[in-house]
Amino acid sequence: MTSGASRSAATPLAAPAAISLIGVGKSYPSGTQALDGLDLVVRQGEFLALLGPSGCGKSTALRIMAGLAAPSSGTVERHIGAADGASIGFVFQEPTLMPWARVAANVRLPLDLAGVGRAEARRRAEEMIERVGLAGFGRAYPRELSGGMRMRVSLARALVTRPHLLLMDEPFAALDEITRFRLNDDLLALRAAFGCTIAFVTHSTYESVYLADRIVVMSGRPGRVTDEIVVEAPGPRTAAFRGTAGYAEQCRRAFAAVAGAAAASEPR
Amino acid sequence: MRLGHGARILSWAMPVLAFAGALLAWDLVVRLNGIPPFILPAPALVAATLVSDWPILSASLWVTLRTTLEALVVATAGGVALAVVFAQSRWIALSFYPFAVILQVTPIIAIAPLLLIYLSPDAAVLTCAFVVAFFPVLSNTLAGLTSVDPNLRDLFRLNRASRLAELLRLRIPAALPSFLVGLRIAGGLALIGAIVAEIAAGSSGQGSGLAYRIVEAGYRLNVPRMFAALALISIAGVVIYGSLALLSHVLLRRWHDSTVARDG
Repeated sequence: MTSGASRSAATPLAAPAAISLIGVGKSYPSGTQALDGLDLVVRQGEFLALLGPSGCGKSTALRIMAGLAAPSSGTVERHIGAADGASIGFVFQEPTLMPWARVAANVRLPLDLAGVGRAEARRRAEEMIERVGLAGFGRAYPRELSGGMRMRVSLARALVTRPHLLLMDEPFAALDEITRFRLNDDLLALRAAFGCTIAFVTHSTYESVYLADRIVVMSGRPGRVTDEIVVEAPGPRTAAFRGTAGYAEQCRRAFAAVAGAAAASEPR
Repeated sequence: MRLGHGARILSWAMPVLAFAGALLAWDLVVRLNGIPPFILPAPALVAATLVSDWPILSASLWVTLRTTLEALVVATAGGVALAVVFAQSRWIALSFYPFAVILQVTPIIAIAPLLLIYLSPDAAVLTCAFVVAFFPVLSNTLAGLTSVDPNLRDLFRLNRASRLAELLRLRIPAALPSFLVGLRIAGGLALIGAIVAEIAAGSSGQGSGLAYRIVEAGYRLNVPRMFAALALISIAGVVIYGSLALLSHVLLRRWHDSTVARDG
């Protein structure tokens, strides 16, 4: 745990970029301008939160990082190898599991698609299922699990390839608060264990301050960066951190930044 | 789940009682009006005919069932194969789907006489049953193959899945529920197709299926046998539908929501 805490504390804000979006714009054939001139850098090893009101293009930015959408203008620089499953893990807003496959087969999917041997894939999936706290559920079907457990399966599937970069699109938004807090803590523990870079889209200021080293605030119509907050967390991030004055103060700042961004993205 | 024990027994008992009531009403109508058997036989006489004529009727039942099942197998194989091809290319689908639609909307009874000219009676009957059973398999499977969760498709793309891997691991399993819906419809239609073609063929004096027996018994005013053959056709239809519904339930019960809703 100490190594994790020191590692996250030591994440320099000047670390080399893992992925850079430079002047990225995205417009759709319908004429909607989702992003315009978006400059955004995800640094190696950091936990970056993309915070903004609904429809501000933060999910689009994440999809462009993943290579799932092509920018209409601007450039994307990846310093983590090609945009493929081995170096990028993606967690969707929904668990997005294959309902016909058992938990183990769902988690194993990226390894199976990459042609990893059966025994090896099975072992790695089993290990990752344990790491996300689902030991013994490998043979269950997604339908038999709660929403929080399904999201854990989704997380295990994203991490099973040990990606350099983990992209998460409001993954816990649909969960109840208790479940979300637990998953937040577990996500931080997994990050400490695996040391992957994380870009995390959320519209919750509390969640962003609790999780992130750095928060990028976006506003919509068209989506662009309006603010940036470096989160100061003196100790390890545990439930106690939520009770500190520093946490409350930073939540207030983040909230003000989002409120400003939301006002800026009101339809004119 | 919400149904209690008593309610569950009632859910079986009520349809059975209703059916028994209908038979009783039928019997009473025949008795009270003194209707002769060559116009409307009583249910008991139909049952007796079913037993006495069983050697002839069972042979015919077997012929019709075999035609239906053969047509269903070929229609399933062909429908699924074509759906997979259509799902791979929008242009192929756009070009050839209209043929399938034309075949579907043209009443089979109108096509049967032509087929009887071109083909042997057996082959013509089989083709008719195939033609009507084919389309529901094709259209439902195609709908299933092309309406995959877009996030899952993104996941496969992100993992550099080949088209084949996407087809085998994503599209085909995702299409299974709607394929099974198509199959259930096709099972009933294959029987209808076989019967229709047998009637068309039977009037030219060929064939020996259940529909042929109906036509033949009609010429001889053997109305009880007509009813007996009709009852066999209905039972065959119910059994086919029930078996396919059971197959669907067995295949999907572990993971598909439709099987949960059915418990409620």
